[in-house]
Amino acid sequence: MAVAAFTWTEFAQQLAAGIREGAIYAGLALALVIIYRSTRVINFAQGELATFTTFIAWSLMNHGLSFWSAFPIVLAIAFTGGVAIERILIRPVENASVLTIVIITLGLALLLNGLMSIIWGGQNRQFHGPFSTRTIDVGGVPISVQDIGIVVTSLALVALLALFFRYTKLGLAMRAAAVNPASSRLVGVRVSWMLALGWGIAAVLGAVAGMMIAPVVFLDPNMMQTILLYAFAAAVLGGLDSPLGAVVGGILLGVTITLLGRYVEFIGSTLKLPAALLLILVLLLVRPGGLFGKVAVRRV
Amino acid sequence: MKLKLVLEILGFVALAVLVAVMPSFVSDFHSREFAIVGMYFIALLGLGVLTGYSGQISLGHGAFMAIGGYTTAILSVDGISGHPVRDIWTIPIAGVVAGLAGLLVGLPALRLSGLYLALITFGIAVSFPQLPKKFGGFLGGTSGQILNLVKAPFGLDLTPNDWMYYLTWGIALVLLAVAWWLLRGPTGRALQAIRDSEVAAASSGINLAFYKTLAFGISAFYAGVAGALYAMASAYVNPDTFPIILSIYLVVGLAVGGLGSLAGLIAGAALIYFLQNHADTVARWVNHLPAVDLNPKQPGISSAIFGAVLILVMLLLPTGAGGLLRKVFRPLTTRLYTRS
Repeated sequence: MAVAAFTWTEFAQQLAAGIREGAIYAGLALALVIIYRSTRVINFAQGELATFTTFIAWSLMNHGLSFWSAFPIVLAIAFTGGVAIERILIRPVENASVLTIVIITLGLALLLNGLMSIIWGGQNRQFHGPFSTRTIDVGGVPISVQDIGIVVTSLALVALLALFFRYTKLGLAMRAAAVNPASSRLVGVRVSWMLALGWGIAAVLGAVAGMMIAPVVFLDPNMMQTILLYAFAAAVLGGLDSPLGAVVGGILLGVTITLLGRYVEFIGSTLKLPAALLLILVLLLVRPGGLFGKVAVRRV
Repeated sequence: MKLKLVLEILGFVALAVLVAVMPSFVSDFHSREFAIVGMYFIALLGLGVLTGYSGQISLGHGAFMAIGGYTTAILSVDGISGHPVRDIWTIPIAGVVAGLAGLLVGLPALRLSGLYLALITFGIAVSFPQLPKKFGGFLGGTSGQILNLVKAPFGLDLTPNDWMYYLTWGIALVLLAVAWWLLRGPTGRALQAIRDSEVAAASSGINLAFYKTLAFGISAFYAGVAGALYAMASAYVNPDTFPIILSIYLVVGLAVGGLGSLAGLIAGAALIYFLQNHADTVARWVNHLPAVDLNPKQPGISSAIFGAVLILVMLLLPTGAGGLLRKVFRPLTTRLYTRS
């Protein structure tokens, strides 16, 4: 397995592919961070939720809807589903140990994965995305329209979310509920509903990530499993409670991993994931809170 | 305190007797099933020490089982400088190798807590299956390594399945006794103090680094032993022998068995085995409900049922089977329990 000669064009293409991967990780990592910030829980079902909603999109498109008309319907379903899951499964164990909640989300992941196999079957499916796969010339480097579309859509969503949290009353209330539930309750924020909204938004982010990546890989029930791991890594890299960190971490990770996989022969494609984990392990040892996270100081 | 000790010893003896007579009442195939439950039980004991007592969550114990399994495979086939090692003697070595790996993981774990640790260990679980593919010459690649078939040694008149059963449960009982002895003494108290408050434990003079790493090492040793037995029973190892999901099953078994209860873990081990292999039976039970018609053999059913059972158990029994047992026997033992 000899590595082909180095060219700047190819390097630029790899970089673009890395950014595209990174944008997907960033979307899912952001979903994880939103849930983590408000409920201190890592949602292990985030990947399966995303795949599930992507399958719903696939079914809708199979019934003749175009991608962009199915898109809002899927987002609405994802949002409702996310809220419902929080209300039904997470709310009853809100005060239980971390392990209990982790296991419920793991159970949810298994359940959804099984349901997908039952409903849609386990085989690979072609998912026709909204962007064409033809390449255009960007400064002498051929880059596919799809890659650009994925990055733009993901980043637009992130920007929209940032505006929502910064400038709307609801966004502010959600942040308040996450930072200080007791005081928020005193000023009239319905804290537990804010947590449910967080799950809804996270599910929407996951749905978008799923629908963006499905045309690149094939759609099958396990589509998001590896991607979710990279998203975990990205979220940890950026600091689990920092949304900005999730986005920066996602893109940084996507680029690093793609380049390592391409240019370091020993890593290749088999050791990409271990390499990513080693990377975050080293980072965590140096900066336990991640790049942008704050290390919590606890009073005993 | 004395009465509690007597009860615990009686319980242990009852368990040992039950284990000893079981194969006379069940078929050879069921002995094999019970043997595998015993392997999960051993791995869960280790996880119980780590998560239940020292409070560190590991989602990567499948990888330690795999390390144990691969150690046994390599030693019993290739051997040490060309001399194959008898399979039962590889078991302690497998445990030690996995234990050393556990100590190694335990070191960074000192600086990570709660969910960060869960994520890192999950990463280990996911990364491990890549290693045999990368280092194919040594570890057998995707196709794996075939072990010699298990045979009862010393001229014992036992079928291979009965032999695996007695071997597994013999080891399980010894390891249960060791864990119980270790946890009721100063080590157990130190670990529980760390679990409940690291700062308070450190202020009381407990060496955090020592005990947390120790817990990881012990726990990985148990998992390694379980993995070695599992490799022997399967007669081959490949990356799918110890799938990623195994690590998750183990945590699930632990939660169902109940944190901080060693005997309850048998229930957890049985549940892991049952749901993994007999989800179609559950599907048939569910079919008795009105308006439900599942095809028990459909792919995905087992995973869906496993997930659903998991969620239900966690919602209904947040303290697991051990917690339920404790609640049932509370009136009897209230005076005897020092911890609440």
